[in-house]
Amino acid sequence: MKRRSFLKGTLAGSAVTVAVGAGLLNPRSVLAAWPESAFSAKSIPDAMSGLFGTADNKTSGAIKIKAPDIAENGAVVPVTVSTSMSGVSAIAIIAEKNGQPLAANFELASNAKGTVSTRIKMGKTMDVIAVVKSGGKLHTTRKNVKVTIGGCGG
Amino acid sequence: MANSIRIRAKASGSDVTVKALITHPMETGLRKDKKTGNKIPAHYIQEVKCEHKGKTVVNAQWGPAVSKNPYLSFAFSGAKAGDTVKLSWVDNKGKSDSAEAKVK
Amino acid sequence: MKKLIIAAAALALTAPLVSQASPQSDLNNMKKHFAKKFPGVKYQDLANGVYALDKGRRIEWESMEEFPPYEPGVEIGKSLFKKYKVGKCFKNGGIGIKQNYPYYDGKSGKVRTLEGDLMACLKSSGIDTKKEKLKFGKGKFAAIAAYMAYTSRGKTINVKVPGGKATKIYNNGKNFFYAKRGQLNFSCADCHVYNPGVKLRTMLLSTAIGQSTHFPVYRKKWEAGGTSPLHGFGTIQRRYGGCNKMVRAKPLKPKGGKQHPSYVALEYFHTYLSNGLKINAPGIRQ
Repeated sequence: MKRRSFLKGTLAGSAVTVAVGAGLLNPRSVLAAWPESAFSAKSIPDAMSGLFGTADNKTSGAIKIKAPDIAENGAVVPVTVSTSMSGVSAIAIIAEKNGQPLAANFELASNAKGTVSTRIKMGKTMDVIAVVKSGGKLHTTRKNVKVTIGGCGG
Repeated sequence: MANSIRIRAKASGSDVTVKALITHPMETGLRKDKKTGNKIPAHYIQEVKCEHKGKTVVNAQWGPAVSKNPYLSFAFSGAKAGDTVKLSWVDNKGKSDSAEAKVK
Repeated sequence: MKKLIIAAAALALTAPLVSQASPQSDLNNMKKHFAKKFPGVKYQDLANGVYALDKGRRIEWESMEEFPPYEPGVEIGKSLFKKYKVGKCFKNGGIGIKQNYPYYDGKSGKVRTLEGDLMACLKSSGIDTKKEKLKFGKGKFAAIAAYMAYTSRGKTINVKVPGGKATKIYNNGKNFFYAKRGQLNFSCADCHVYNPGVKLRTMLLSTAIGQSTHFPVYRKKWEAGGTSPLHGFGTIQRRYGGCNKMVRAKPLKPKGGKQHPSYVALEYFHTYLSNGLKINAPGIRQ
Protein backbone atom coordinates (compact mmCIF):
# COMPACT_ATOMS: atom_id res chain seq x y z
CA MET A 1 0.00 0.00 0.00
CA LYS A 2 2.72 2.47 1.03
CA ARG A 3 4.74 1.76 -2.06
CA ARG A 4 1.85 2.59 -4.35
CA SER A 5 1.08 5.91 -2.66
CA PHE A 6 4.78 6.73 -2.88
CA LEU A 7 4.56 6.42 -6.63
CA LYS A 8 1.32 8.35 -7.05
CA GLY A 9 1.44 11.05 -4.36
CA THR A 10 4.98 11.95 -3.49
CA LEU A 11 6.48 12.37 -6.93
CA ALA A 12 5.04 14.76 -9.48
CA GLY A 13 2.84 12.61 -11.72
CA SER A 14 4.37 13.61 -15.05
CA ALA A 15 7.92 13.26 -13.78
CA VAL A 16 7.20 9.69 -12.72
CA THR A 17 5.56 8.87 -16.04
CA VAL A 18 8.55 10.15 -18.00
CA ALA A 19 11.00 8.47 -15.71
CA VAL A 20 9.16 5.14 -15.95
CA GLY A 21 8.81 5.44 -19.70
CA ALA A 22 12.50 6.14 -20.10
CA GLY A 23 13.31 3.09 -18.02
CA LEU A 24 14.97 5.24 -15.42
CA LEU A 25 12.50 4.34 -12.72
CA ASN A 26 11.82 0.67 -13.04
CA PRO A 27 8.65 -0.03 -11.05
CA ARG A 28 10.21 -3.30 -10.07
CA SER A 29 13.06 -1.59 -8.27
CA VAL A 30 10.71 0.76 -6.44
CA LEU A 31 8.66 -2.15 -5.12
CA ALA A 32 11.58 -3.36 -3.06
CA ALA A 33 9.72 -6.39 -1.80
CA TRP A 34 9.69 -8.21 -5.16
CA PRO A 35 12.76 -10.50 -5.20
CA GLU A 36 14.18 -9.74 -8.62
CA SER A 37 17.36 -11.81 -8.25
CA ALA A 38 15.32 -14.88 -7.28
CA PHE A 39 13.06 -14.61 -10.32
CA SER A 40 15.85 -13.94 -12.79
CA ALA A 41 18.06 -16.69 -11.35
CA LYS A 42 18.89 -19.41 -13.86
CA SER A 43 19.72 -22.10 -11.33
CA ILE A 44 17.59 -23.54 -8.56
CA PRO A 45 20.11 -22.84 -5.76
CA ASP A 46 20.37 -19.21 -6.92
CA ALA A 47 16.58 -18.92 -7.01
CA MET A 48 16.30 -20.29 -3.48
CA SER A 49 19.12 -18.07 -2.19
CA GLY A 50 17.57 -15.03 -3.80
CA LEU A 51 14.29 -15.84 -2.12
CA PHE A 52 15.29 -17.22 1.27
CA GLY A 53 18.94 -16.26 1.72
CA THR A 54 20.02 -19.90 1.51
CA ALA A 55 19.61 -22.94 -0.71
CA ASP A 56 20.11 -25.44 2.14
CA ASN A 57 17.10 -27.70 2.24
CA LYS A 58 15.89 -31.13 3.35
CA THR A 59 13.58 -33.42 1.45
CA SER A 60 10.30 -33.86 3.29
CA GLY A 61 7.51 -36.38 3.02
CA ALA A 62 5.14 -33.93 4.66
CA ILE A 63 4.74 -31.90 1.47
CA LYS A 64 2.39 -32.96 -1.31
CA ILE A 65 2.43 -31.68 -4.86
CA LYS A 66 -0.78 -32.15 -6.82
CA ALA A 67 -0.02 -31.74 -10.52
CA PRO A 68 -0.92 -33.84 -13.56
CA ASP A 69 1.33 -36.77 -14.49
CA ILE A 70 0.86 -35.71 -18.10
CA ALA A 71 -0.03 -32.05 -18.54
CA GLU A 72 -2.71 -31.28 -21.14
CA ASN A 73 -0.95 -28.07 -22.12
CA GLY A 74 2.39 -26.77 -20.88
CA ALA A 75 1.10 -23.19 -20.80
CA VAL A 76 -1.51 -23.92 -18.14
CA VAL A 77 -0.50 -26.57 -15.61
CA PRO A 78 -2.54 -26.58 -12.39
CA VAL A 79 -0.33 -27.08 -9.32
CA THR A 80 -1.33 -27.36 -5.66
CA VAL A 81 1.23 -27.57 -2.88
CA SER A 82 0.03 -28.62 0.52
CA THR A 83 1.84 -29.45 3.71
CA SER A 84 0.90 -30.72 7.14
CA MET A 85 3.83 -28.87 8.68
CA SER A 86 3.09 -26.11 11.13
CA GLY A 87 4.63 -22.65 11.24
CA VAL A 88 4.79 -22.37 7.47
CA SER A 89 5.88 -18.88 6.45
CA ALA A 90 6.35 -19.43 2.72
CA ILE A 91 5.68 -21.89 -0.10
CA ALA A 92 7.61 -21.52 -3.35
CA ILE A 93 6.99 -23.32 -6.63
CA ILE A 94 9.97 -24.03 -8.88
CA ALA A 95 9.78 -25.38 -12.44
CA GLU A 96 13.09 -27.25 -12.61
CA LYS A 97 13.95 -26.88 -16.30
CA ASN A 98 12.39 -23.52 -17.10
CA GLY A 99 15.01 -20.94 -18.15
CA GLN A 100 14.27 -19.13 -14.92
CA PRO A 101 13.10 -21.86 -12.54
CA LEU A 102 11.30 -19.80 -9.88
CA ALA A 103 7.63 -19.56 -10.85
CA ALA A 104 5.95 -18.27 -7.71
CA ASN A 105 6.38 -17.68 -3.99
CA PHE A 106 3.57 -17.38 -1.47
CA GLU A 107 4.39 -15.58 1.79
CA LEU A 108 1.98 -16.79 4.43
CA ALA A 109 0.87 -15.06 7.61
CA SER A 110 0.59 -17.15 10.75
CA ASN A 111 -3.13 -17.72 10.21
CA ALA A 112 -2.74 -18.81 6.58
CA LYS A 113 -3.01 -22.54 5.84
CA GLY A 114 -0.16 -24.50 4.32
CA THR A 115 -1.91 -25.01 0.97
CA VAL A 116 -1.60 -22.91 -2.16
CA SER A 117 -2.74 -23.44 -5.74
CA THR A 118 -1.94 -21.75 -9.00
CA ARG A 119 -1.38 -22.54 -12.69
CA ILE A 120 2.09 -22.35 -14.21
CA LYS A 121 3.89 -22.50 -17.54
CA MET A 122 6.22 -25.43 -18.08
CA GLY A 123 8.41 -25.49 -21.19
CA LYS A 124 8.94 -29.25 -21.28
CA THR A 125 8.88 -32.39 -19.15
CA MET A 126 10.47 -31.61 -15.80
CA ASP A 127 10.06 -31.80 -12.06
CA VAL A 128 7.95 -29.32 -10.17
CA ILE A 129 9.76 -28.57 -6.92
CA ALA A 130 7.93 -27.26 -3.88
CA VAL A 131 9.91 -25.39 -1.22
CA VAL A 132 8.28 -24.91 2.15
CA LYS A 133 9.78 -22.57 4.71
CA SER A 134 8.83 -23.75 8.15
CA GLY A 135 10.55 -23.16 11.45
CA GLY A 136 13.13 -21.04 9.67
CA LYS A 137 14.26 -23.99 7.54
CA LEU A 138 13.60 -25.04 3.95
CA HIS A 139 11.90 -28.33 3.12
CA THR A 140 11.43 -29.62 -0.40
CA THR A 141 9.78 -32.28 -2.49
CA ARG A 142 9.41 -32.80 -6.19
CA LYS A 143 7.04 -34.31 -8.73
CA ASN A 144 7.63 -35.08 -12.38
CA VAL A 145 5.19 -33.64 -14.91
CA LYS A 146 5.30 -34.73 -18.54
CA VAL A 147 4.81 -31.97 -21.08
CA THR A 148 4.67 -32.84 -24.76
CA ILE A 149 2.99 -31.58 -27.87
CA GLY A 150 -0.38 -33.17 -28.45
CA GLY A 151 -1.28 -35.57 -31.19
CA CYS A 152 -3.86 -35.58 -33.90
CA GLY A 153 -6.18 -33.27 -31.95
CA GLY A 154 -3.98 -30.39 -33.02
CA MET B 1 -8.76 -1.84 -15.23
CA ALA B 2 -11.80 -2.60 -13.13
CA ASN B 3 -13.11 -6.14 -12.91
CA SER B 4 -9.81 -7.89 -13.64
CA ILE B 5 -10.19 -9.86 -10.40
CA ARG B 6 -12.87 -12.44 -9.67
CA ILE B 7 -12.96 -13.69 -6.08
CA ARG B 8 -14.81 -16.57 -4.49
CA ALA B 9 -14.40 -16.77 -0.72
CA LYS B 10 -16.13 -19.52 1.21
CA ALA B 11 -16.23 -20.09 4.96
CA SER B 12 -16.20 -23.43 6.71
CA GLY B 13 -16.46 -22.61 10.40
CA SER B 14 -13.65 -20.16 11.06
CA ASP B 15 -11.64 -21.23 8.03
CA VAL B 16 -11.97 -19.42 4.72
CA THR B 17 -10.89 -20.70 1.32
CA VAL B 18 -10.25 -18.02 -1.30
CA LYS B 19 -10.16 -18.71 -5.02
CA ALA B 20 -9.35 -15.93 -7.45
CA LEU B 21 -9.09 -15.61 -11.21
CA ILE B 22 -7.33 -12.57 -12.61
CA THR B 23 -7.48 -11.36 -16.21
CA HIS B 24 -3.90 -10.48 -17.19
CA PRO B 25 -1.70 -11.37 -20.19
CA MET B 26 1.27 -12.58 -18.06
CA GLU B 27 3.62 -12.06 -21.01
CA THR B 28 7.03 -13.60 -20.49
CA GLY B 29 8.83 -11.25 -22.85
CA LEU B 30 9.95 -14.25 -24.92
CA ARG B 31 6.92 -14.54 -27.22
CA LYS B 32 7.22 -13.09 -30.70
CA ASP B 33 4.51 -11.07 -32.42
CA LYS B 34 3.50 -13.20 -35.41
CA LYS B 35 3.07 -10.18 -37.67
CA THR B 36 6.15 -8.12 -36.83
CA GLY B 37 8.50 -10.83 -35.59
CA ASN B 38 9.37 -8.62 -32.63
CA LYS B 39 9.35 -9.87 -29.07
CA ILE B 40 6.30 -8.87 -27.10
CA PRO B 41 7.57 -7.06 -23.98
CA ALA B 42 7.32 -8.77 -20.61
CA HIS B 43 4.12 -7.81 -18.83
CA TYR B 44 3.25 -9.85 -15.78
CA ILE B 45 1.88 -9.53 -12.27
CA GLN B 46 4.63 -9.43 -9.67
CA GLU B 47 2.65 -9.26 -6.44
CA VAL B 48 -0.78 -10.33 -5.31
CA LYS B 49 -1.79 -9.38 -1.82
CA CYS B 50 -4.75 -10.71 0.09
CA GLU B 51 -5.95 -8.78 3.10
CA HIS B 52 -8.46 -9.53 5.79
CA LYS B 53 -9.33 -6.96 8.47
CA GLY B 54 -6.39 -4.80 7.39
CA LYS B 55 -3.86 -7.60 7.80
CA THR B 56 -2.02 -9.25 4.91
CA VAL B 57 -2.85 -12.95 5.00
CA VAL B 58 -1.03 -14.01 1.84
CA ASN B 59 1.47 -12.11 -0.25
CA ALA B 60 2.14 -13.88 -3.53
CA GLN B 61 5.26 -13.03 -5.50
CA TRP B 62 4.98 -14.05 -9.13
CA GLY B 63 7.21 -14.29 -12.15
CA PRO B 64 6.18 -14.59 -15.80
CA ALA B 65 5.96 -18.40 -15.49
CA VAL B 66 2.58 -18.05 -13.84
CA SER B 67 -0.01 -18.79 -16.55
CA LYS B 68 -1.96 -16.20 -18.48
CA ASN B 69 -5.21 -15.16 -16.81
CA PRO B 70 -3.78 -16.46 -13.57
CA TYR B 71 -5.50 -18.38 -10.84
CA LEU B 72 -4.64 -18.64 -7.20
CA SER B 73 -6.18 -20.31 -4.20
CA PHE B 74 -5.28 -20.35 -0.52
CA ALA B 75 -6.96 -20.62 2.86
CA PHE B 76 -6.70 -19.03 6.27
CA SER B 77 -8.30 -19.16 9.69
CA GLY B 78 -9.80 -16.51 11.92
CA ALA B 79 -12.51 -15.36 9.55
CA LYS B 80 -16.18 -16.04 9.05
CA ALA B 81 -19.01 -15.66 6.60
CA GLY B 82 -19.87 -12.00 6.10
CA ASP B 83 -16.27 -10.81 6.47
CA THR B 84 -14.62 -8.97 3.59
CA VAL B 85 -11.44 -10.08 1.84
CA LYS B 86 -9.48 -7.79 -0.43
CA LEU B 87 -7.19 -8.83 -3.26
CA SER B 88 -4.85 -6.47 -5.05
CA TRP B 89 -2.13 -6.93 -7.64
CA VAL B 90 0.74 -4.91 -9.09
CA ASP B 91 2.54 -5.78 -12.30
CA ASN B 92 6.00 -5.05 -13.69
CA LYS B 93 4.70 -2.00 -15.54
CA GLY B 94 3.39 -0.49 -12.34
CA LYS B 95 -0.23 -1.19 -13.23
CA SER B 96 -2.50 -2.39 -10.46
CA ASP B 97 -6.02 -3.36 -9.57
CA SER B 98 -7.91 -4.49 -6.51
CA ALA B 99 -11.23 -6.02 -5.60
CA GLU B 100 -13.15 -6.97 -2.51
CA ALA B 101 -15.52 -9.83 -1.88
CA LYS B 102 -17.71 -10.97 0.96
CA VAL B 103 -17.01 -14.35 2.45
CA LYS B 104 -20.02 -16.62 1.86
CA MET C 1 4.04 -36.54 -39.95
CA LYS C 2 5.77 -39.96 -40.13
CA LYS C 3 5.04 -40.68 -36.49
CA LEU C 4 1.43 -39.72 -37.00
CA ILE C 5 1.08 -42.06 -40.00
CA ILE C 6 2.60 -44.94 -38.08
CA ALA C 7 0.29 -44.20 -35.20
CA ALA C 8 -2.61 -44.08 -37.64
CA ALA C 9 -1.75 -47.48 -39.07
CA ALA C 10 -1.90 -48.89 -35.58
CA LEU C 11 -5.51 -47.79 -35.21
CA ALA C 12 -8.23 -50.23 -36.06
CA LEU C 13 -9.64 -48.68 -39.20
CA THR C 14 -12.78 -50.21 -40.57
CA ALA C 15 -15.28 -49.12 -43.18
CA PRO C 16 -18.75 -49.94 -41.95
CA LEU C 17 -21.82 -50.26 -44.07
CA VAL C 18 -23.82 -47.08 -43.60
CA SER C 19 -27.30 -48.47 -43.24
CA GLN C 20 -30.47 -46.46 -43.68
CA ALA C 21 -31.85 -47.24 -40.25
CA SER C 22 -33.76 -44.54 -38.33
CA PRO C 23 -32.03 -41.88 -36.24
CA GLN C 24 -33.33 -43.47 -33.07
CA SER C 25 -31.96 -46.87 -33.94
CA ASP C 26 -28.63 -45.25 -34.95
CA LEU C 27 -28.45 -43.70 -31.50
CA ASN C 28 -29.46 -46.90 -29.72
CA ASN C 29 -26.80 -48.87 -31.59
CA MET C 30 -24.15 -46.31 -30.80
CA LYS C 31 -25.12 -46.23 -27.11
CA LYS C 32 -24.79 -50.02 -27.00
CA HIS C 33 -21.44 -49.81 -28.79
CA PHE C 34 -19.95 -47.44 -26.21
CA ALA C 35 -21.52 -49.23 -23.26
CA LYS C 36 -19.73 -52.35 -24.45
CA LYS C 37 -16.43 -50.53 -25.01
CA PHE C 38 -16.50 -48.70 -21.67
CA PRO C 39 -18.49 -50.80 -19.24
CA GLY C 40 -17.35 -48.81 -16.21
CA VAL C 41 -18.44 -45.44 -17.58
CA LYS C 42 -21.85 -44.03 -16.69
CA TYR C 43 -23.82 -42.92 -19.72
CA GLN C 44 -24.35 -39.32 -18.47
CA ASP C 45 -20.61 -39.03 -17.83
CA LEU C 46 -19.93 -39.32 -21.57
CA ALA C 47 -20.82 -35.62 -21.65
CA ASN C 48 -17.42 -35.05 -20.02
CA GLY C 49 -15.56 -36.56 -22.95
CA VAL C 50 -12.09 -37.91 -22.30
CA TYR C 51 -12.42 -37.01 -18.64
CA ALA C 52 -14.92 -39.86 -18.35
CA LEU C 53 -12.32 -42.23 -19.74
CA ASP C 54 -9.07 -41.28 -17.99
CA LYS C 55 -8.68 -40.72 -14.27
CA GLY C 56 -5.48 -38.65 -14.43
CA ARG C 57 -6.91 -36.26 -17.01
CA ARG C 58 -10.12 -36.00 -15.04
CA ILE C 59 -8.20 -34.74 -12.00
CA GLU C 60 -6.48 -32.04 -14.06
CA TRP C 61 -9.83 -31.05 -15.57
CA GLU C 62 -11.42 -30.83 -12.13
CA SER C 63 -8.56 -28.53 -11.06
CA MET C 64 -9.37 -26.25 -13.98
CA GLU C 65 -13.07 -26.36 -13.10
CA GLU C 66 -12.26 -25.00 -9.61
CA PHE C 67 -12.31 -21.63 -11.34
CA PRO C 68 -12.63 -22.19 -15.06
CA PRO C 69 -10.88 -19.79 -17.44
CA TYR C 70 -14.01 -19.43 -19.58
CA GLU C 71 -15.92 -17.54 -16.88
CA PRO C 72 -14.70 -14.04 -17.76
CA GLY C 73 -15.36 -14.80 -21.44
CA VAL C 74 -18.91 -15.96 -20.76
CA GLU C 75 -19.56 -12.70 -18.92
CA ILE C 76 -18.27 -10.78 -21.92
CA GLY C 77 -20.47 -12.94 -24.13
CA LYS C 78 -23.45 -11.99 -21.97
CA SER C 79 -22.74 -8.28 -22.28
CA LEU C 80 -22.34 -8.62 -26.05
CA PHE C 81 -25.61 -10.59 -26.19
CA LYS C 82 -27.28 -7.62 -24.53
CA LYS C 83 -25.37 -5.00 -26.54
CA TYR C 84 -26.43 -6.45 -29.89
CA LYS C 85 -29.97 -7.18 -28.62
CA VAL C 86 -29.66 -10.80 -29.75
CA GLY C 87 -32.50 -12.03 -27.55
CA LYS C 88 -35.24 -10.56 -29.72
CA CYS C 89 -34.47 -12.98 -32.59
CA PHE C 90 -34.98 -16.11 -30.51
CA LYS C 91 -37.62 -17.98 -28.59
CA ASN C 92 -37.55 -17.27 -24.87
CA GLY C 93 -35.34 -14.25 -25.50
CA GLY C 94 -32.48 -16.56 -26.51
CA ILE C 95 -32.12 -17.96 -22.99
CA GLY C 96 -32.08 -21.69 -22.35
CA ILE C 97 -32.75 -22.78 -25.96
CA LYS C 98 -29.48 -24.44 -27.06
CA GLN C 99 -30.74 -27.94 -26.30
CA ASN C 100 -33.24 -27.72 -29.18
CA TYR C 101 -30.53 -27.04 -31.76
CA PRO C 102 -29.97 -27.93 -34.53
CA TYR C 103 -33.57 -28.08 -35.74
CA TYR C 104 -35.22 -28.60 -39.09
CA ASP C 105 -37.06 -25.53 -40.36
CA GLY C 106 -39.93 -26.72 -42.56
CA LYS C 107 -40.44 -23.28 -44.14
CA SER C 108 -36.94 -22.98 -45.57
CA GLY C 109 -36.35 -26.72 -45.88
CA LYS C 110 -33.05 -26.20 -44.06
CA VAL C 111 -31.50 -27.23 -40.78
CA ARG C 112 -30.71 -24.32 -38.49
CA THR C 113 -27.82 -24.26 -36.02
CA LEU C 114 -27.62 -21.88 -33.08
CA GLU C 115 -24.62 -20.14 -34.64
CA GLY C 116 -26.42 -19.91 -37.97
CA ASP C 117 -29.42 -18.26 -36.33
CA LEU C 118 -27.11 -15.99 -34.31
CA MET C 119 -25.30 -14.70 -37.41
CA ALA C 120 -28.61 -14.25 -39.23
CA CYS C 121 -29.89 -12.31 -36.22
CA LEU C 122 -26.89 -9.98 -36.12
CA LYS C 123 -27.06 -9.28 -39.84
CA SER C 124 -30.82 -8.76 -39.88
CA SER C 125 -30.40 -6.25 -37.04
CA GLY C 126 -28.25 -4.17 -39.38
CA ILE C 127 -25.05 -4.84 -37.49
CA ASP C 128 -21.89 -4.60 -39.60
CA THR C 129 -20.49 -7.96 -38.59
CA LYS C 130 -17.22 -7.30 -40.38
CA LYS C 131 -16.62 -4.00 -38.62
CA GLU C 132 -17.67 -5.46 -35.28
CA LYS C 133 -15.33 -8.45 -35.84
CA LEU C 134 -18.18 -10.92 -35.42
CA LYS C 135 -17.02 -13.94 -37.36
CA PHE C 136 -18.23 -17.52 -37.28
CA GLY C 137 -16.33 -19.82 -34.99
CA LYS C 138 -14.19 -17.57 -32.80
CA GLY C 139 -13.79 -14.54 -30.57
CA LYS C 140 -16.73 -12.27 -29.80
CA PHE C 141 -19.16 -14.33 -31.87
CA ALA C 142 -18.16 -17.57 -30.15
CA ALA C 143 -18.40 -15.82 -26.77
CA ILE C 144 -22.03 -14.86 -27.44
CA ALA C 145 -22.78 -18.43 -28.54
CA ALA C 146 -20.96 -19.71 -25.44
CA TYR C 147 -23.11 -17.52 -23.19
CA MET C 148 -26.29 -18.74 -24.90
CA ALA C 149 -25.20 -22.36 -24.50
CA TYR C 150 -24.26 -21.65 -20.87
CA THR C 151 -27.84 -20.58 -20.15
CA SER C 152 -28.89 -24.10 -21.18
CA ARG C 153 -26.63 -25.86 -18.71
CA GLY C 154 -28.37 -28.86 -17.22
CA LYS C 155 -30.97 -29.02 -20.00
CA THR C 156 -31.29 -32.25 -21.96
CA ILE C 157 -30.35 -32.22 -25.62
CA ASN C 158 -33.42 -32.88 -27.74
CA VAL C 159 -32.68 -32.73 -31.46
CA LYS C 160 -35.65 -33.71 -33.61
CA VAL C 161 -35.59 -35.35 -37.04
CA PRO C 162 -39.20 -35.13 -38.24
CA GLY C 163 -38.90 -37.28 -41.35
CA GLY C 164 -38.90 -36.23 -45.00
CA LYS C 165 -36.24 -33.68 -45.91
CA ALA C 166 -35.01 -33.52 -42.31
CA THR C 167 -34.11 -37.19 -42.47
CA LYS C 168 -32.32 -36.58 -45.76
CA ILE C 169 -30.13 -33.89 -44.17
CA TYR C 170 -29.58 -36.10 -41.13
CA ASN C 171 -28.39 -38.88 -43.45
CA ASN C 172 -26.11 -36.45 -45.30
CA GLY C 173 -24.53 -35.66 -41.95
CA LYS C 174 -24.26 -39.33 -41.10
CA ASN C 175 -22.58 -40.10 -44.41
CA PHE C 176 -20.11 -37.26 -43.85
CA PHE C 177 -19.36 -38.66 -40.41
CA TYR C 178 -18.58 -42.11 -41.75
CA ALA C 179 -16.80 -41.04 -44.94
CA LYS C 180 -13.01 -41.20 -45.23
CA ARG C 181 -11.35 -37.88 -45.93
CA GLY C 182 -8.00 -36.16 -46.10
CA GLN C 183 -4.53 -37.41 -46.88
CA LEU C 184 -4.67 -39.48 -43.73
CA ASN C 185 -7.90 -41.04 -45.00
CA PHE C 186 -9.76 -40.94 -41.70
CA SER C 187 -13.45 -40.61 -41.04
CA CYS C 188 -14.86 -38.98 -37.91
CA ALA C 189 -15.97 -42.48 -36.94
CA ASP C 190 -12.47 -43.94 -37.20
CA CYS C 191 -11.36 -41.88 -34.22
CA HIS C 192 -14.55 -41.25 -32.32
CA VAL C 193 -16.52 -44.47 -32.78
CA TYR C 194 -13.90 -47.17 -33.29
CA ASN C 195 -10.97 -45.74 -31.31
CA PRO C 196 -12.09 -43.56 -28.40
CA GLY C 197 -9.79 -44.00 -25.42
CA VAL C 198 -6.82 -44.52 -27.73
CA LYS C 199 -3.88 -42.16 -27.28
CA LEU C 200 -2.46 -40.21 -30.20
CA ARG C 201 0.79 -39.07 -28.60
CA THR C 202 -0.55 -37.42 -25.46
CA MET C 203 -4.06 -36.71 -26.73
CA LEU C 204 -6.90 -39.03 -25.90
CA LEU C 205 -9.74 -39.65 -28.37
CA SER C 206 -13.24 -38.92 -27.12
CA THR C 207 -16.50 -40.77 -27.87
CA ALA C 208 -18.84 -39.33 -30.51
CA ILE C 209 -21.63 -39.46 -27.96
CA GLY C 210 -21.18 -36.53 -25.57
CA GLN C 211 -19.07 -34.29 -27.76
CA SER C 212 -21.84 -31.84 -28.59
CA THR C 213 -22.82 -31.14 -24.99
CA HIS C 214 -19.92 -28.86 -24.15
CA PHE C 215 -19.75 -26.65 -27.24
CA PRO C 216 -18.88 -23.84 -27.73
CA VAL C 217 -15.69 -24.97 -26.05
CA TYR C 218 -12.80 -23.13 -24.39
CA ARG C 219 -9.51 -24.71 -25.40
CA LYS C 220 -6.19 -24.14 -23.67
CA LYS C 221 -4.58 -24.43 -27.08
CA TRP C 222 -6.72 -21.69 -28.65
CA GLU C 223 -6.27 -19.50 -25.55
CA ALA C 224 -2.57 -19.30 -26.33
CA GLY C 225 -3.37 -17.38 -29.52
CA GLY C 226 -3.87 -14.05 -27.76
CA THR C 227 -4.37 -12.26 -24.49
CA SER C 228 -8.10 -11.55 -24.35
CA PRO C 229 -10.38 -13.87 -22.34
CA LEU C 230 -12.21 -14.66 -25.61
CA HIS C 231 -9.33 -16.32 -27.43
CA GLY C 232 -9.99 -19.76 -26.06
CA PHE C 233 -13.54 -19.99 -27.43
CA GLY C 234 -14.53 -21.99 -30.47
CA THR C 235 -17.81 -23.28 -31.88
CA ILE C 236 -18.32 -26.87 -32.90
CA GLN C 237 -17.85 -26.03 -36.56
CA ARG C 238 -14.56 -24.37 -35.75
CA ARG C 239 -13.56 -27.71 -34.26
CA TYR C 240 -14.82 -29.62 -37.32
CA GLY C 241 -12.49 -27.45 -39.41
CA GLY C 242 -9.60 -28.13 -37.07
CA CYS C 243 -10.21 -31.87 -37.07
CA ASN C 244 -10.41 -31.91 -40.87
CA LYS C 245 -7.10 -30.03 -41.04
CA MET C 246 -5.58 -32.62 -38.72
CA VAL C 247 -6.35 -35.42 -41.18
CA ARG C 248 -5.07 -33.17 -43.97
CA ALA C 249 -8.49 -32.47 -45.41
CA LYS C 250 -9.67 -29.04 -46.45
CA PRO C 251 -11.75 -27.37 -43.74
CA LEU C 252 -15.19 -26.27 -44.98
CA LYS C 253 -15.41 -22.56 -44.27
CA PRO C 254 -18.55 -20.41 -44.03
CA LYS C 255 -19.46 -18.45 -47.12
CA GLY C 256 -21.69 -15.45 -47.67
CA GLY C 257 -22.56 -15.23 -43.99
CA LYS C 258 -23.71 -18.85 -43.89
CA GLN C 259 -22.13 -21.99 -42.53
CA HIS C 260 -21.14 -24.72 -44.99
CA PRO C 261 -24.13 -27.05 -45.57
CA SER C 262 -22.01 -30.17 -45.08
CA TYR C 263 -20.96 -29.01 -41.61
CA VAL C 264 -24.57 -28.07 -40.83
CA ALA C 265 -25.68 -31.57 -41.81
CA LEU C 266 -22.83 -33.05 -39.79
CA GLU C 267 -23.74 -30.95 -36.75
CA TYR C 268 -27.36 -32.12 -37.09
CA PHE C 269 -26.39 -35.79 -37.07
CA HIS C 270 -23.59 -35.33 -34.53
CA THR C 271 -25.73 -33.45 -32.00
CA TYR C 272 -28.52 -36.04 -32.35
CA LEU C 273 -25.98 -38.55 -31.00
CA SER C 274 -25.97 -36.58 -27.75
CA ASN C 275 -29.77 -36.63 -27.35
CA GLY C 276 -30.54 -37.50 -23.76
CA LEU C 277 -27.36 -35.97 -22.36
CA LYS C 278 -27.28 -32.68 -20.48
CA ILE C 279 -25.66 -29.53 -21.81
CA ASN C 280 -22.51 -28.58 -19.89
CA ALA C 281 -21.19 -25.81 -22.15
CA PRO C 282 -18.80 -24.18 -22.37
CA GLY C 283 -16.33 -26.93 -21.56
CA ILE C 284 -12.67 -26.33 -20.69
CA ARG C 285 -10.57 -28.63 -22.81
CA GLN C 286 -7.03 -29.23 -24.02
